[in-house]
Amino acid sequence: MVKTVKKISIGLVMLFLYLPIIVLMIYSFNSSEFLGVWEGFSFKWYAELVRNAELKEALYYTISIAVLATIIATIIGVFVSVGLYYSSSKLKKAVTTANYLPIVNPDLITGISLMIFFVILRIRFGFSTMLLAHIIFDVAYVIVVVLPKLMHIDFAQIEAAMDLGAKRITILFKIILPQIKQGILAGALLAFTMSIDDFVISFFTAGNRATNLSISIYSMARRGIKPYVNALATLMFVGIILLILLINKINNEKEEKGRLLNYE
Amino acid sequence: MSKKYNGIVIFYGVWVLILIILPLLIVFAISFIDGDIYDLSSVSFTLDNYKQAFSKNYFGVMTKSIWMALECNIICFLIGYPIAYIISEMKSKNRNIMVLLLLAPMWSNFLLRTYSWMVVLGNNGPINSLLKSIGVGSVQLMYNDFGVILGMVYNFLPFMILPIYLSLTRIDSGLVEAAKDLGATNKNVFFRVKFPLSIPGVFSGTTLVFLPAITSFVISRLLGGGQYILIGNLIEHKLVVQQEWQVGSAIAVVLMIILLAFLAVLRKVARNKLELSLW
Repeated sequence: MVKTVKKISIGLVMLFLYLPIIVLMIYSFNSSEFLGVWEGFSFKWYAELVRNAELKEALYYTISIAVLATIIATIIGVFVSVGLYYSSSKLKKAVTTANYLPIVNPDLITGISLMIFFVILRIRFGFSTMLLAHIIFDVAYVIVVVLPKLMHIDFAQIEAAMDLGAKRITILFKIILPQIKQGILAGALLAFTMSIDDFVISFFTAGNRATNLSISIYSMARRGIKPYVNALATLMFVGIILLILLINKINNEKEEKGRLLNYE
Repeated sequence: MSKKYNGIVIFYGVWVLILIILPLLIVFAISFIDGDIYDLSSVSFTLDNYKQAFSKNYFGVMTKSIWMALECNIICFLIGYPIAYIISEMKSKNRNIMVLLLLAPMWSNFLLRTYSWMVVLGNNGPINSLLKSIGVGSVQLMYNDFGVILGMVYNFLPFMILPIYLSLTRIDSGLVEAAKDLGATNKNVFFRVKFPLSIPGVFSGTTLVFLPAITSFVISRLLGGGQYILIGNLIEHKLVVQQEWQVGSAIAVVLMIILLAFLAVLRKVARNKLELSLW
């Protein structure tokens, strides 16, 4: 009895979480423009999606900003983390605490404060303001991911290298970076996803001349339900599910490999 | 040697100061000025922006926003706690699958998640089509409080479930066994051992739900409609549409004060609760 109640409650929550996604997927193949009627299976909304110039532009902005912001933020973030690793504990504490601000602050507050900042400085809104905003929050995430990995490096290794006459740059490339490779990758991945998915901060810092996918979806949704948005949503949901399965598979294979190595 | 890297740390300190802290201070400063924000000689100190921010209409929007965020929080807790508890009692393999299933929708675009409910709740959506076909007739499911709360709960429920789930799974099973050995009933084990120990999870879940709920303007715009206004919509309207920087900033400052007050109250309650549970 208790077991059934538990199963039913889990089932209901899962239904709640997945119902809108399933409904959207079904409607994306409905050839009728009206939601209530089913006029047969069709790919025409997908065809319309491909032809939609607004979305193409938005996709271009989304990807180019995410790629640029990720690269720049990862470089800055890694160097700042290395600097923090070397610095005195007082300075380290002050900077790492301040670094949490863009992460904890609600996006709305970050977004409008940057918007007003750009307005005051009379900076023209567009690609560059949106890119700068993305770099700002991406750097914070990269530092949060990379710094803990750095802290695992025993400082004795670095002292030993210095005693043997290694230059700073050699220490950086031969000792530090190889040991935090995983962290850098994870930080960059997190920055990239945050950037791709961001709406609020982009919305306030893009102005009229730039857009991204989230901003376009917002303006389309405000005008009401459009069948090609259903098609877009379906493609994005399927993409995400494939990505999750892929990551899961890679993780499982890693585990398997680890297990095999352990047995040897 | 270690000094040589200080340059980059100081660079980042300045970066944070100029790009993160200074913009916040500017919002604060602008909320107190009257006049052209581009012409420093024309500005003067005023409290008028706050008078406007607390005018009857806007004050109503603020109390409504707080109320909606609290309502969303309570619903998320009432649904989230039992679900977190059920998942925490599963076998570890099933647990991981459940957590993955809970998180998967969160990885899709937030706008699309909210938009999908416009399709489901709409007049021609599946629910209303069903109601019409069985003769009930169509029911207004969105462009009202119901739609907005539903959208908020949908988007933020996992933020409540996960921290509670984590604090439940971290409970030392020895404590539960000890309680049972001493003759505690299942009910007592839950109310005197498990629930008190999961309270930190409830508090972090509450924070994680309240912050996005009270600052949200997308959910209220899409599922509440163009006439539906919460504090986030008000700020967006003042800044993006009307470009009234001063009043918009004043409302934003009020929002930040609401957030800080909420966190302070929560921290105080948490401290009292934790002291109680030590007894």
